[in-house]
Amino acid sequence: MSRADDLAKSGPAPPSLIARLRDNDLAASFLSSKTTVAAGLIALILIVAGLAAPLIAPTDPFNPAANFLMDSLTPPRFAAGGDPRFLLGTDDQGRDLWSAILYGLRISLMIGLLSVLLGGAIGVALGLIAGYAGGWIDSMIMRVADVQLTFPAILIALLLDGVAHALLQKSNREETAFLVLVAAIGLSFWVQYARTVRGSTMVEKNRDYVQAARLIGLSPACILVRHILPNVMGPVLVIATINLAIAIITEATLSFLGVGLPPTEPSLGTLIRIGQNFLFSGEWWIVAFPSLALAILVLSVNLLGDWLRDALNPRLK
Amino acid sequence: MIAFIVRRVFASIGVMIAVGLIAFSMFRYVGDPVNQMVGVETSVAEQAQLREELGLNDPAIVQALRFLGHAARFDFGVSYQFKEPVADLIGARMPATLELAFVASILSLVAGIPMGVYAALHRDSALSRLFQALSLIGISLPTFLTGILLITLFSVTLGWLPSFGRGEVVRLGPWWTTGFLTVSGLKSLIMPATTLALFQMTLIMRLVRAEMLEVLRADYIRFARARGLSESAIHFRHALKNTLVPVITIVGLQLGSIVAFSIITETVFAWPGMGQLFLQSIQNVDIPIMAAYLLFIALMFVIINLVVDILYVSIDPRLRASLHGMRG
Repeated sequence: MSRADDLAKSGPAPPSLIARLRDNDLAASFLSSKTTVAAGLIALILIVAGLAAPLIAPTDPFNPAANFLMDSLTPPRFAAGGDPRFLLGTDDQGRDLWSAILYGLRISLMIGLLSVLLGGAIGVALGLIAGYAGGWIDSMIMRVADVQLTFPAILIALLLDGVAHALLQKSNREETAFLVLVAAIGLSFWVQYARTVRGSTMVEKNRDYVQAARLIGLSPACILVRHILPNVMGPVLVIATINLAIAIITEATLSFLGVGLPPTEPSLGTLIRIGQNFLFSGEWWIVAFPSLALAILVLSVNLLGDWLRDALNPRLK
Repeated sequence: MIAFIVRRVFASIGVMIAVGLIAFSMFRYVGDPVNQMVGVETSVAEQAQLREELGLNDPAIVQALRFLGHAARFDFGVSYQFKEPVADLIGARMPATLELAFVASILSLVAGIPMGVYAALHRDSALSRLFQALSLIGISLPTFLTGILLITLFSVTLGWLPSFGRGEVVRLGPWWTTGFLTVSGLKSLIMPATTLALFQMTLIMRLVRAEMLEVLRADYIRFARARGLSESAIHFRHALKNTLVPVITIVGLQLGSIVAFSIITETVFAWPGMGQLFLQSIQNVDIPIMAAYLLFIALMFVIINLVVDILYVSIDPRLRASLHGMRG
């Protein structure tokens, strides 16, 4: 802790994120906690499994021709009445659940990452502009942020989703569902980034290095992107990790509520929605395995977020 | 103090007008209202007449003002899918949602605050570690999964609790139906309320713990200990009191979001509340209901915010003293 503190006090600017990431403290704190290492490994396995889904999944769940209705509702391989072809059983349309989960994992991760990128990009950009420009630009951006903060993110995402559905043609709803979800979730999350970045920008813009950059005649855009941005990214990374977990939950929730991805292109949430219909008829595996995958994914991302927050916050040590 | 309240009230009205304008532009520009209201066999002349009657040919600003005026009197027009006034539809489902949200709020506060305090005071005890682990699971489990888990356990396996609906309700006056007075009503409430409370409870617990740890490090706590005060006096009279000040703000907002999150719980448990109505309206592009629900949630948050702000000032003497300087 002393090293980080000293740096913050003596230097004109705190060490950049890259410098802090290179710092041994971070690697050491990662390795010192078994939970964090386990969470990191599990998250890595899930991400690789999701990305490699087309390579490792035995069947293609999106291809109706590859699935047979006669195979529907087969129990998992290890349960009574299981079929050796289906490791985790099949759903009501005869889709191999193991393949569907791998593909679902892929979709959940992609939507999560893309929406975090979108929300982060919008939020960081607006935060930088608001903090640097000040005046009416600042108060306008922050007013909008205040109004949006009045509503929980999930509600904003639901509303954006509903409006998008109303505006788009019914016929291509299925093709646009993915993009609509990314936009709805991304736009519901920008406020947190904007507020944090605005705060740090207002501090940074009065520092000597920014004054110097201004004196040698750099454009505001250049100062913001090349000089201030690297110095305000630390908290952004923490928010992004925690938001990744929330984005994955939001996507799953929207799909579960039936306003996310259609059953033909199932994410984990859609699979759980399908499985819930079979809770009382005894086909427990349809809901159990996707739920388990979702819970493990979110838990591991959350654990990483917790660790990152503590590791990058010198006050907590 | 009065000036502060007046200023906050005006700011709140500003937020409501902004949200009202968003709701108006949804109503007016997302899809064509006339198209949604009439059947296929309505003639063009009749459509034009309806358009004129609804005032859709007036200038946008007149329409917006009219919309706001109607909204202020809870008149949101007629639902596209049910062909009934939106206010009646929402009014009929409001008691179910509010009762659920009320029980869930109480549950999350009564469990969350003591757990947070305990976890902060006994940081390394086994029970605190258990709380921490539980809270991480609570935050990581999406609300709908908690619900499905509870249904699997208590309805499918054990058969103790009903998995859907409100049970038997008793009518109180013309506007309110309650599930509090019947056994089946109370039994139906247990699982949805727990599901809804769990996520908020973990948030409150984590927040209280973090704030309390922060406060316990403050100098005045060390001085209190040096003065020889008993541990319980330090913890509960000095530390807890200061912990609760920032906690109030966030808890207030959390309680507001319980109503919004009830959309999910209501879907899992087929709870006949406003959230279900809102979800149906999204699936069927029923803009009047979406607009009305948006305004209702906004109103609730604005009121909660206002109450929290006023509470904040009356609890924290430092804020009272510096009131003139802040919030220009």
